[in-house]
Amino acid sequence: MTTPAVELVDIVKRFGAITALQPMSLTLPEGSFVTLLGPSGCGKTTTLRMVAGLLDPSAGEIRIKGKRVNETPIHKRNLGLVFQNYALFPHKTVYDNVAFGLRYRDIERSQIKKLVNEALDLVQLPSLGDRYPKQLSGGQQQRIALARAIVIKPDVLLLDEPLSALDANLREDMRVELKRIQHQLGITTLFVTHDQSEALAMSDTIVVMSAGNVEQVGAPEEVYNTPSSEFVARFLGASNIIESRTLSVDGEHAMVEARDFGNVPVPIERVRNAITGRESKLVIRAEFLTLNKTDKTPADGVLSVNGQVETVDYQGQAVRYFVRVGDRQLQAINMIDGHPFAEGETVSIHVRPRDCALLPGAIT
Amino acid sequence: MASTVEARETRQPWILLSPALTAIVLLLIIPLAFIVVYSFWLRTAAGSEQVGFYLDNWKEALTDSFYRDILLSTLRIALITTIACALLGYPCAYFIARSKSGNKTLLLLMLILPFWISYIIRTMSWINILGVSGALNTLLVNSGLLAEPLQLLYNEPSVILGLVHFLLPFMVLNVYVSLEGIDESLESAARSLGCTSWQSFLEVTLPLSLPGLAAGGLLCFVLAAGTYITPLVLGGARDAMFANLVYEAIIVQLNWPLGSALSLMLLFVLGLVVTVYNRFVGMGQIAKSFGQE
Repeated sequence: MTTPAVELVDIVKRFGAITALQPMSLTLPEGSFVTLLGPSGCGKTTTLRMVAGLLDPSAGEIRIKGKRVNETPIHKRNLGLVFQNYALFPHKTVYDNVAFGLRYRDIERSQIKKLVNEALDLVQLPSLGDRYPKQLSGGQQQRIALARAIVIKPDVLLLDEPLSALDANLREDMRVELKRIQHQLGITTLFVTHDQSEALAMSDTIVVMSAGNVEQVGAPEEVYNTPSSEFVARFLGASNIIESRTLSVDGEHAMVEARDFGNVPVPIERVRNAITGRESKLVIRAEFLTLNKTDKTPADGVLSVNGQVETVDYQGQAVRYFVRVGDRQLQAINMIDGHPFAEGETVSIHVRPRDCALLPGAIT
Repeated sequence: MASTVEARETRQPWILLSPALTAIVLLLIIPLAFIVVYSFWLRTAAGSEQVGFYLDNWKEALTDSFYRDILLSTLRIALITTIACALLGYPCAYFIARSKSGNKTLLLLMLILPFWISYIIRTMSWINILGVSGALNTLLVNSGLLAEPLQLLYNEPSVILGLVHFLLPFMVLNVYVSLEGIDESLESAARSLGCTSWQSFLEVTLPLSLPGLAAGGLLCFVLAAGTYITPLVLGGARDAMFANLVYEAIIVQLNWPLGSALSLMLLFVLGLVVTVYNRFVGMGQIAKSFGQE
């Protein structure tokens, strides 16, 4: 087995009396793209800054390529760092920005020139070397920042919310671009974001964090389809969480009795810690609740419940509905052709039991 | 009704500017015009002023080597003071800029605090410290390190000391403002690319803070070159600076025409320094220190 690019072993960060990061362990295999995802204050940036060497862990060990680096200062760790605000040197040209790291690495002048030009080609900005950063657009600046970070062939690329400062359209282009470059270079990447769609689109592994704790580690589909906690279910996409009681568990299903929906057989691979007779939480993603006219009978095995449309949030190809069922509001995101349902309309909400997931415990 | 809106928009800045413009015209432009006119009058041997257009004062001010030498030594003292302020002020500003935000307020307050005491009192306090029976000499003599008290006052170093004491906050504030404007992630980026912290300071922080250093330098230089109180209080007979000559001519000799010519000469020289500065650095950074972008 090859040595992982980065290993975090029970690292902890305390600022005075506040613990910003509870003991955390994480392994980044060589060439992987790992995302730390969570709201602000969850400890994701603290973790990245510790890997970078900008912060010292209070306890635990950080290994890069199998070697402990806790005591290695940042300039000897050979890392590529990209910041949200680009952090290009404003008094240096684009060329000098990209060449900066190479000048500190005993590389010949002619070789530096070749490497810089290769890096500028890679980020598809080959002709901007003479410009100054403030003459570039935000998207161009972030590409240059990326070129500056990868030109030194770092052991790990650390990306601290690199897309957050960009416009929505540009952000999606850069997302594809970043993933292309990462894939092409096969560079191990640790990516920090609060944006779940970025995390889902780009990562091999997502680490969902909340209040200094790791909530779940898994592949994007795994984290999305089988959340390990209410927090993860709510943070990744829009989820409806419904009180339920586990009636029975067998090799294929956990049968639960859910409020308003009645008996739901949840497939066992999407069930976490179901205990017969205990309270549980049924998780239904907004995309899996489909709204229908009340006269439409649900297909075999599909559950249905009636509700009244309260809010219609029209988004073009999709509509987000808020539907009143009993004393609670459910969220549904449906693709549509033609007209959406109107506010006030009574609808029949359908859901397939296999699209549901189950979490233990009562709703908090 | 577009034209009225436009008319109002053109009028508005002038309405807002008018109080300041009035003050500048009444308190600066008009008195300055008087000084220009005075400089061409003549003081007779009898002590009265002869109204007219005489070039005698200007001839004396421009040709007498006494004035030229003192002008040059004034510029030299101002330059030494400015360099001393830069060397002492930069580390101090750096320290404040990198402090935690709570401490920052306290440190800045401590920097401003001396301004609450009159500049003259602050200058005179050095007499109590450096004088023959001052704190320092008393300490050295009583502790047996010295047999006789040292003459520490009334020389050029004591004048420079007083000027540095007076001007250091101007330097610190200017450098502090430019350091505050530097994104901290720039140094992190430089570090991640292979710089030691000293190298990243030289590569990133120092060059980006030069505008603040230059702005602080200009203020220190101009204020030092224009002062007369410090050499009056802390300098000896041979340590007069150019503004002391103006003071001497107007207050002591009551020779307003000559004093006017001399003060215009100093104004011209310092104006030249500011013009050269503006040509190479620009006045924007000074405006920034006073809270403008």
